Amino acid sequence: MASTVNDASPAVAQAPKRRRRRLGRLTKKEILVVLGMLAVPVVVDLAFVWGPALASVVLSFFRWSGVGGLHPRACRPSGGLIQDNGCFTGVDNYHRAATNYPPFWPAVEHNVLWLLVFIVIATPLGMLFAVVIDRGIKGSRVYQSVLFLPVMLSLALIGIIWEFVYSPNYGLINTVIGHNQDNNLIDWLGNPHLNLWAVLVAATWRQAGYVMVLYLAGLKAADPALREAAQVDGANAWQTFWRVIFPTLRPINIVIIVVTVIESLRAFDLVYIINKGSNGLELLSVLVTNNIVGETSQVGFGSALGVVLLVISLIPISIFLYQNFKRKEGR
Amino acid sequence: MAQSSTGSGPGAAGHAVSRRGLLRAAGIGAGALAVPGLAAACSSDSGSGGTTKGGGSSSKITFGSNYSDPAPKQAFASLISAAKAKTGVTTKINTTDHNTFQNNITSYLQGTPDDLATWFAGYRMQYFANQGLLDPLDDVWDKIGDNFPDVAKNLSKGVDGHYYLVPIYNYPWVVHYNKSTFASKGYEVPKDWDAFIALCKQMKKDKIVPLAFADKDLWPALGMFDILNMRINGYDYHMKLMQNKAAYTDKEVTKVFDQWRELMPYLQSGANGRIWQDAAKTLEAKKAGMMFQGTNQVAAQYVTDKKDIKDLDFFAYPAINPSFGQDYMDAPADGFMMPKKAKNTAGAKKVLEYIGTKEAEIAYLKYDQWDVGLAKDLVAPTYNDIQKKSAQMIAQQKAVAQFGDRDTDPAMATALEQAIQKFIGEPTAGMISTIQQSLAKQAKSIFNG
Repeated sequence: MASTVNDASPAVAQAPKRRRRRLGRLTKKEILVVLGMLAVPVVVDLAFVWGPALASVVLSFFRWSGVGGLHPRACRPSGGLIQDNGCFTGVDNYHRAATNYPPFWPAVEHNVLWLLVFIVIATPLGMLFAVVIDRGIKGSRVYQSVLFLPVMLSLALIGIIWEFVYSPNYGLINTVIGHNQDNNLIDWLGNPHLNLWAVLVAATWRQAGYVMVLYLAGLKAADPALREAAQVDGANAWQTFWRVIFPTLRPINIVIIVVTVIESLRAFDLVYIINKGSNGLELLSVLVTNNIVGETSQVGFGSALGVVLLVISLIPISIFLYQNFKRKEGR
Repeated sequence: MAQSSTGSGPGAAGHAVSRRGLLRAAGIGAGALAVPGLAAACSSDSGSGGTTKGGGSSSKITFGSNYSDPAPKQAFASLISAAKAKTGVTTKINTTDHNTFQNNITSYLQGTPDDLATWFAGYRMQYFANQGLLDPLDDVWDKIGDNFPDVAKNLSKGVDGHYYLVPIYNYPWVVHYNKSTFASKGYEVPKDWDAFIALCKQMKKDKIVPLAFADKDLWPALGMFDILNMRINGYDYHMKLMQNKAAYTDKEVTKVFDQWRELMPYLQSGANGRIWQDAAKTLEAKKAGMMFQGTNQVAAQYVTDKKDIKDLDFFAYPAINPSFGQDYMDAPADGFMMPKKAKNTAGAKKVLEYIGTKEAEIAYLKYDQWDVGLAKDLVAPTYNDIQKKSAQMIAQQKAVAQFGDRDTDPAMATALEQAIQKFIGEPTAGMISTIQQSLAKQAKSIFNG
């Protein structure tokens, strides 16, 4: 929504020599332009973001296989194979997710872990790459390209590439270290204590490059005079970066935090490619998919999981919007 | 999760979607599905609504196919061209990648489906028939009924007793081995559990992995659960469990996992991280002595890898409980169904009437070296030894199950698959009781809401 406001203001500003305090002073044409510019994004937003989101919330209170319609009546127990369908179950789906769906809590835990690894490892690593490259070391362009390459690959492709690396009998790692025999192999993707970390390495491999590019853009934009001034004042490289340059990167930092949170909540492709998110690789996004897409078709239950994910996503989104608007007002 | 020949290899890459992308993809998917439907709408004026019988030689139908791999695709094309020659009905085949097809089936059947579609026998068909998404095929079966044994007939019926499927092939889940390995080491085919374990021990001594095993794809190990349950507790109990008429906390289920635990040291380790194709490769390389899986996978893999399929042989899973012997097995059948929304029902039924014949199955099997037809006394001229033996063995069974994920609710099958992965990771008595309780609890909410 923030961008909508931005888009509209230049149009208002274009009104020649007119004070823009009151809408009534605008010509009809200008009002139409403003309304049009507001209406299109609002309609698109409602139709493609909030519409489906609200539909998910409604569906999450139903038991529905995706066939036939919804009925406003309570579900009847079936006793057999074929179940009552399209009926209202109240908060039963949520209750079931929390108490009687083994993958749920591991998924929440893995999403949090994913986020932590991105914050603690991937982001600082990307920052380090950016700073080192920004200092103009020899061949910095080569490094830049190499590190950015994974970002250009889809996560699905990354999943496949790392599958070849981790495959137990024929994979790169086990073959190189000689652990590809059945009596000594390291089961990178099958051992539930190991596979999440193995996948996080792959995810970090990509995320660090992404963070690097964002920071590089920020560093290039930083005023070189600041750095020179700091050096004249006798600051060493460490102090120059943390005390002088880093604070000027605040807008980039906020973008990075948001990107990191979003990337860790939408983590999906990698684990889905590897084993459809089971056996130690459960993630909320995969559970949503597994229940809604496919023959399983527990649309109501999957929607409930989706709503949980939505609520979690709303937290960083709200913080971001709050920060963003606060900054605008402060200007 | 779907048990299909190449269902869950790395090829599943196509399904990478984010939460929001999903909706978009669903929209595109619906659009893509609508196109063949439109084509059908334009071309089916000769036989709309199923009231016009015998659309004549100008009749056209569309056929939604998930036979997307080269070999089944070729076999299917061969079947369809034979059908055209015989019935005069022109068929347009709309092939979809099998994973996508299976994932979209619910929206496909409710949208604008083709006149006929590929599908599976058993509960997986009954589920959709029961929701009124399929047309009954009783009049087709009136004509083709004599061509099939009772087993095939039962597989094709919904819970309401009407027919909804015409089967084309099935294949057995058996223990595969290389003849050369058995000959050179002097191994003998084990008939019962003790002989089986003794053989495994001997193989281990000979530095061979007794049983190649993989379960990264989630479904292969379900076959092991099925066969142990049928060998120990019998077919009737197995089906009761699948249909939620028995509980996962039963001592019968404990027995299944205990028996499995005994076999665990002889199963290839690290199964949860291995795809079944890689397990099949260990058998091909003769590093493994045996492998329990469908011929549709193992024999097909031998053909794909250009290995010597003449060296491949198999035996029925050894007997455990003498009262059930080797009477049952998983023999999943694939076939064709007619969606409720089919346009040219007359033309579609004509094609199905042809498909339900020996002749049609022979046309299909010309390009298939691992499945067998279901028609009575069928021995296709192209059968290899594997197929001849498969057909014989399936005919000897007192009953056949379809497969863990075809006989029960898909959500329950997924829960069971995940529980089995946990068991494989930690095969202890404590884990068995944990997963039994968890499964029973999940069954309650899946089946009773």
